[in-house]
Amino acid sequence: MTNNKSKTLRGLFLGAGFIAIAAFIFTGCPSQQRMLDTGDAAQKVYVAPGEHDEYYGFFSGGYSGQLSVWGLPSARLLRVIPVFSQDPETAYGYSEETKPLLETSYGFIPWDDSHHPHISQTNGDADGRWIFINANNTPRIARIDLTTFQTREILEIPNTGGNHASSFVTSNTEYVIGGTRFSIPYEEDLDVPIDSYSDAFRGALSFIAVDQQSGRMELDFQIIVPPYNYDLGRAGKGPSSDWVFFTTYNTEEAHTMLEINASRNDKDFIAAVNWRKAAELVRDGHGRTMPGEFYHNYYAGKQGYAVNDVKNGVTVLDTREIDEDFIYYLPTPKSPHGVDIDPTGEYIVGGGKLATVIPVHSFSRMLEAIENGAIIERIDGIPVLDYDSTIIGEVENPGLGPLHTEFDGQGYAYTSVYISSEIVKWSLETFEVVDRIDAYYSIGHLLITAGDNVNPEPRYMVGLTKTAKDRYLPTGPKQNHPAQLYDISGGRMQLLKDFPTIGEPHYAQAIRADKIVNQVAQIYEMEENDHPHAIRRIADNRVERDGNVVRIFMGSTRSHFRPDNIEGIRVGDTVYIHLTNFEQEWDVVHGIAIKGANNTELLVAPGETKTIKWEPKRTGIYPFYCTAFCSALHQEMQGYIRVSAADSDVQLTWRTGTN
Amino acid sequence: MIYPKSLIIAVFVSFFIVFAQACGGDDTADRTSGQAETAEAGLSEFELEHGVGPITERIELSDEFDPELVEKGRNIYEMKCEMCHNMEGRMVGPALGDVMERRSAEFVMNFILNPSGMVREHPTGQELLREYMTAMPYQNVMEDEARAIVEFLREYNELN
Ligand code: HEC
Ligand SMILES: [Cu+2]
Repeated sequence: MTNNKSKTLRGLFLGAGFIAIAAFIFTGCPSQQRMLDTGDAAQKVYVAPGEHDEYYGFFSGGYSGQLSVWGLPSARLLRVIPVFSQDPETAYGYSEETKPLLETSYGFIPWDDSHHPHISQTNGDADGRWIFINANNTPRIARIDLTTFQTREILEIPNTGGNHASSFVTSNTEYVIGGTRFSIPYEEDLDVPIDSYSDAFRGALSFIAVDQQSGRMELDFQIIVPPYNYDLGRAGKGPSSDWVFFTTYNTEEAHTMLEINASRNDKDFIAAVNWRKAAELVRDGHGRTMPGEFYHNYYAGKQGYAVNDVKNGVTVLDTREIDEDFIYYLPTPKSPHGVDIDPTGEYIVGGGKLATVIPVHSFSRMLEAIENGAIIERIDGIPVLDYDSTIIGEVENPGLGPLHTEFDGQGYAYTSVYISSEIVKWSLETFEVVDRIDAYYSIGHLLITAGDNVNPEPRYMVGLTKTAKDRYLPTGPKQNHPAQLYDISGGRMQLLKDFPTIGEPHYAQAIRADKIVNQVAQIYEMEENDHPHAIRRIADNRVERDGNVVRIFMGSTRSHFRPDNIEGIRVGDTVYIHLTNFEQEWDVVHGIAIKGANNTELLVAPGETKTIKWEPKRTGIYPFYCTAFCSALHQEMQGYIRVSAADSDVQLTWRTGTN
Repeated sequence: MIYPKSLIIAVFVSFFIVFAQACGGDDTADRTSGQAETAEAGLSEFELEHGVGPITERIELSDEFDPELVEKGRNIYEMKCEMCHNMEGRMVGPALGDVMERRSAEFVMNFILNPSGMVREHPTGQELLREYMTAMPYQNVMEDEARAIVEFLREYNELN
């Protein structure tokens, strides 16, 4: 089935360009819906019941704030990991353990916009230890542990408005990078007129160091740069490993109607930062401390409550104050969006959102240009290199609105093209388009299996698109965002599957399952439970009162709670239920729900302890029950709590098993 | 890989026939309702007496109890077993106060280390499951820990 609407649209957009493209018709242009014979496509995505997929796909949730985990090629949804948004199903952001993770210098925030998941790397290849993801709105970076698939840490990024150019890692996960999309007044809470933009506003590029053992993040330093919009970033590879690259737009320094005002200049910049040199400058005392409150939230132990470590101040390098060069601007056509580095580390590909070509810079030529002083001007001390001295190719006829590029390791690059809604495949040797295929509709990022690694795996590609329109059964005026799975193992791209996702799958990464699968935890080991309110022996189940605070230390196993009859709670009490799941069998989960609780249920994994806070407002008998279907006697897994008046003298008692 | 459709269909059909036969009648009955005779037939004499699982030989037990081992066993028992077992009287599972009189040390260790295998393959296990209607889980206990629990249960049996 072809789609007439999109064909018409493309006709309109491409206009005269179409004629040029028509010349390529026999080498695969223009793009089209190209699918294998339906049966063959079905077979390629068929994973038999009980069999496992070949890849894990980690899709950001965009405005859902979460991270979803998919099996590829079947496109089966495996799990949604809550990261920046509360999740009543798992009590994430509701339980006492997880609430601190969502604290910021602006207070508790129940939501964010998660954009770019990035798997930790060793020698430029994804290693599956952790996955990082950025919060765009209130700038933060989260780290998810890929043994428990649990958000373990969230670090707030100060001096930043819209942490979009994030959370990409360097080749050995030395740093996770961040960049401000909005430039803002950079001293904390500076209250200035908006039209003082060019004087008072600045951008910040963030370098977050990662502890190689624990994964713990630390904001090592920020680079203060001219007030442009810093859009995306990527680290170099191989020879360029010591560098990271950020795109900029709005070099016009507009602060209103950017749609027009920030699209005037012919070229904006890719900022190339020698992070190793910058880090040395910081070590040698060239930085200064800028005030700024930010939260660092993490689990100090294996279990327990996440802690809030409130920081004040960050080390900054200001290009206006430092003589040595460690950052360079590479002029790049028209508001580049993505910047992607090929597997060899030599090509720096810009996604010239409004450009008619895909510009490709050469890393080695860039080094030569620096050596030869091919500098056309300096902006706030930052050398701007001559365009012709760094550019090595311009891909012609890429379609309208090229955005992001990934690689297959076999000499080809694949660029998503937004306006003409297609993916173009081009050669890194000839810089010519060799194939193109439709996307449904309006593609943003794309992923290739290991496609940003030093060793990509030319198996699958997923296009992450922004509108579904007529692709599936309609579900009202707003529909879920789609994704398309393509086979790239042959010469030409083939569409295999088109499936709806969660939230907005903004960017995604796929890692071969065998790199992770053996490290995945099946239980939390009881012996290692270091939660301060865990019970480690069922005999320790009890209820304690301290003034108005009552703590219920409860244990669960199939199919009962201990204790399950509790009396002596009073209206006005703050009750904490610390539920330890004594199961040590994979995936045997217990939950607890209490009638009338203004909160969520708890879901507690085997060997885990979780806490819910409950403030009963009325006297009465409160039933509670296990929300997880845990055994044949699940429906028997229940109990009662008696709540008496504030001034009652009912004794605090608890029991199990004595009728 | 791409196979001709006719081949796939042929393979499917033949699988279906094999499965249809495998699924009929007696075979399933053995596995789910556990007819003791058929299951027994597949077990060795050692297994019938001492259970199926990683313990395949008699272990050495001395008449004296090792107090350190007893203590270790008690700790694991309180963490990983006590919520389902009483020493006296039925709970989720059977009372264990006198289990060392009813069963051999190897049988108890196999029950701890391979509970799902025991209730599937061993006639006593099958009977217990029918009676208690909850499957005892593997509690992530290592062999030396199972040995320690046995020591604790032996001492308890002796003293009570
Ligand atoms: C979730 C509840 C549960 C837990 C936890 C549990 N058991 Fe059991 N156990 C049972 C049940 C139920 C049976 C009966 C067999 C069946 O249904 O699986 C049983 C049977 C047994 C038997 C066989 C008794 C006999 O009469 O032959 C032994 C021995 C035993 N358990 C020991 C232990 C030990 C030791 C632990 C701790 C490592 C433990 N169990 C943990 C539920 C449990
Ligand atoms: Cu339950």
